[in-house]
Amino acid sequence: MKNCPTKTGSVPTVFDKSAHGREGTWPEKPTVSAGDLLPGDLLRKEDSGLPHLSELDVVRHFSELSRRNFGVDTNFYPLGSCTMKYNPRFLETVAALPGFARLHPAMPQLQGAGRMCQGALEVMHEMESLLCEITGMAGFTLHPMAGAHGELTGAMLIAAYHKAKGNKKTKVICPDSAHGTNPASAALAGFDVVNIESVDGILDPEKLAEALDDDTAAVMMTCPNTLGLFEKHLPEIVEMIHAKDALLYYDGANLNAILGKLRVGDAGFDVVHLNLHKTFGTPHGGGGPGSGPVGVSEKLMPYLPISRVKKLEDGLFTLDYDHPESIGYVAPFYGNFGVYLKAFAYILRLGGEGLLRVSENAVLAANYLRKKLEDVLEIPYNRVCMHEFVASAQKLAEENEVRAVDMAKALLERGHHAPTVYFPLIVKECMMIEPTETESLQTLDEFVEDLRDIVRVARENPEAVKAAPQNLPVTRLDETKAAREMVITQPREEA
Amino acid sequence: MPYIPHTDDERQAMLGTVGAGSVEEVFAEIGEDLRPRSFDLPEARSEMEVVKHLEFLASKNATHVTSFLGAGFYDHYIPEAVDALAGRGEFYTAYTPYQPEASQGTLQAIYEYQTAVARLMGMECANASVYDGGTAIFEAMMMAVRSTKRRRFVISEAVNPIYRIMLTSYTSNLDLELVTVPHKDGVTDVEGLIAAIDDKTAAVLVQNPNFFGNIADFERVFAAAKEKKALSVLSAYPVLQSVLKTPGEMGADIAVAEGQSLGLPLSFGGPYLGIMACTRKLVRQLPGRIAGRTQDTEGRTGYVLTLQAREQHIRRAKATSNICSNQALCAMRAIIHVCLLGQEGLRRTALLSMERARYAAERLTAIPGVELLSDQPFGNEFAVRLPMDAALAIDRLSMRGVVPGFPLGRYYEGMEDCLLVACTEKQTTEDVGVMAEMIGGLVR
Repeated sequence: MKNCPTKTGSVPTVFDKSAHGREGTWPEKPTVSAGDLLPGDLLRKEDSGLPHLSELDVVRHFSELSRRNFGVDTNFYPLGSCTMKYNPRFLETVAALPGFARLHPAMPQLQGAGRMCQGALEVMHEMESLLCEITGMAGFTLHPMAGAHGELTGAMLIAAYHKAKGNKKTKVICPDSAHGTNPASAALAGFDVVNIESVDGILDPEKLAEALDDDTAAVMMTCPNTLGLFEKHLPEIVEMIHAKDALLYYDGANLNAILGKLRVGDAGFDVVHLNLHKTFGTPHGGGGPGSGPVGVSEKLMPYLPISRVKKLEDGLFTLDYDHPESIGYVAPFYGNFGVYLKAFAYILRLGGEGLLRVSENAVLAANYLRKKLEDVLEIPYNRVCMHEFVASAQKLAEENEVRAVDMAKALLERGHHAPTVYFPLIVKECMMIEPTETESLQTLDEFVEDLRDIVRVARENPEAVKAAPQNLPVTRLDETKAAREMVITQPREEA
Repeated sequence: MPYIPHTDDERQAMLGTVGAGSVEEVFAEIGEDLRPRSFDLPEARSEMEVVKHLEFLASKNATHVTSFLGAGFYDHYIPEAVDALAGRGEFYTAYTPYQPEASQGTLQAIYEYQTAVARLMGMECANASVYDGGTAIFEAMMMAVRSTKRRRFVISEAVNPIYRIMLTSYTSNLDLELVTVPHKDGVTDVEGLIAAIDDKTAAVLVQNPNFFGNIADFERVFAAAKEKKALSVLSAYPVLQSVLKTPGEMGADIAVAEGQSLGLPLSFGGPYLGIMACTRKLVRQLPGRIAGRTQDTEGRTGYVLTLQAREQHIRRAKATSNICSNQALCAMRAIIHVCLLGQEGLRRTALLSMERARYAAERLTAIPGVELLSDQPFGNEFAVRLPMDAALAIDRLSMRGVVPGFPLGRYYEGMEDCLLVACTEKQTTEDVGVMAEMIGGLVR
């Protein structure tokens, strides 16, 4: 067993554990009461209902909860398209430096106060330059607070560009192999979304030609796409799109596959967002916070969000708000500084050579797993993949009624996090597997052995796989009941 | 190579399995014409060198100043145990809890977070957070659009201007109308808001305490909105919410907040935490992740992500929002923070902050020529008029290690002589005294 939590059963909530009168981490006692400070009609009538716990209660509770979780630090996490690589711990030290962590974001907006945050502004300036060099784009904004937020920012930039040119363009094309957030982001920027089907797993120039017209504002591509495949018709596609005065958007969530092998700016893309937590190894934290910087080609520079960080002739850094064509604020300040600070340190640590090796080893590991599994699972697009590939459990589902979800739970039972299942939607019973570059050959081989064993059990005794997991804190959870009864906060009377 | 475990021999073995002669062969699909024109990046440095370089950059930021900067983002004390617990690798290095059986820790913490948020706000439901307080406002507006099928918003000018600018950016490509009702000397214009709500209004938006620190009861505004079948959105300050009349008690449909003050460092603007809570009626319009309680096959309590059918990975262009992550680790910090402080600790934090602000107001208004912007109740932040330009006053004092507040002229025309001063439990009465002495010396 590899790092499975051992304690089974439920844990009472912090509200269940609360005991009235128990002392927490309190500051000193105020000398006034609420009634001294404010008229009674401005005060809350019901108490806040927060728990009363000792510090040790809290430490025990959350330590216990942590043991009921898989993380990269404890388990192999081959979750496709999520890029669960190792997160170097020193990045936390850097982000926690008081000179960064305690800096108020309004500081550089004060007169004469630029002198009080030169270090932070330098980080921003240098990070933008590094991302420009990595992607070949002309400029970057660090403001978007997550990948999908970067997509929205990119779509807003595209809208601003066409508006300024007087173009009446209403459509954005999203291939079915693009991330599901792409169409949602395009819609939020006011566009009609047109889906096109991929052919043999990639975007087909003929299909694109059918959908592409004068109303097309942009095409949003994920490359390598969600099937882990490189879009090999790229040069032709870029030409077709630009011929219609449409823009080409690159969903850079999968940038970790092409570092140093392809620069999207050189390839002709106009807008790109990056998920820093994926490519540059900042921790995912249970699903956030992320950071989704957006890079643009020269012609989109005037529309970037404000503020922009600027290096003055005397070598000092300042924030520049004077960009009349800008799309405005997409974040309250300068994005998730604490996150891109870690990515900045990561890039400095690895250097150009290290980043190149990231892609090479991630892609090699994915292809290694693909080859090792091709005789036990179907691989619908069984050719050279990038950092991830899609396998399918459809045959097992048909023959033994063991579905991808059952395979996933059986993997959990054996101490591996599951691959992404049922995404992308275009492959039946799919399992999207991404090993990343930081997993050793031994780990990859153990995963292969366990998966092969699960397939063997599935054929001999399908019920055993369908009953998994049995050794985690809970067995399979009833998602229908959760949706139907919808208990999403604990009622006060319960505790 | 750092963090890459494969030895040369292992790499050769892997290449053998793949059937490639070299790593370069694996990338053959990327043609020569697509290869980078340059990849001119610095050389790798050791961990020690990188830490040293960043320590140097951090030292160029002034953190030893005494600061009364707030403007919606506050420097509250964070108990040490928050870092220790939220920093546990099983939380830190996990992903979205798509496999609930392997993510009960994150899921239960989100459920507890949702419960704490709902109780603090006096609402029935909460989500697992969005990016920040401004995004939460925008998402609340979009909930109102979907729910009322109307497109007009009535917004108080006393709502944080940063959020109002974000709203303008976010809505620029959507067919929505934003109507701003001016403040009166830093006080939210209740009558003006009531008059502005009409049959086409999707929602009314107010903030409490407002940007100027002023506290009010918006029950009448929300009742007027209800009469016109519009929704009410209140942007709150979570720490003070332990003391103030709740959005729920006032009759709000949606409560939002910036959650930074609950255990998150200021960190130069992020990552922060967008809090969202609403009535049960609106829960299906609530964007983002939501953890729900359920049972396993043995009947034991467990937690899953629920109501996922509204989300982008299923609904694509028709999803309730394009947001697919939340600020999970930030929400984790928030729930740990409020548990450590508990009901009494958070209330004390609020009262101490308000007590210090009152003292600061007394000291400042004792200076001839300095007066409060209004005589209305305030929380831990207040605005004063100076007999000089506020930006200049800040410039002068910051050179001597004190940042006395935020210059209101930056966002409000005609308020160039106004200073917004915030206190938390971290500013001692001595700090307040020094700041007031210095302001006194400057304007005399």
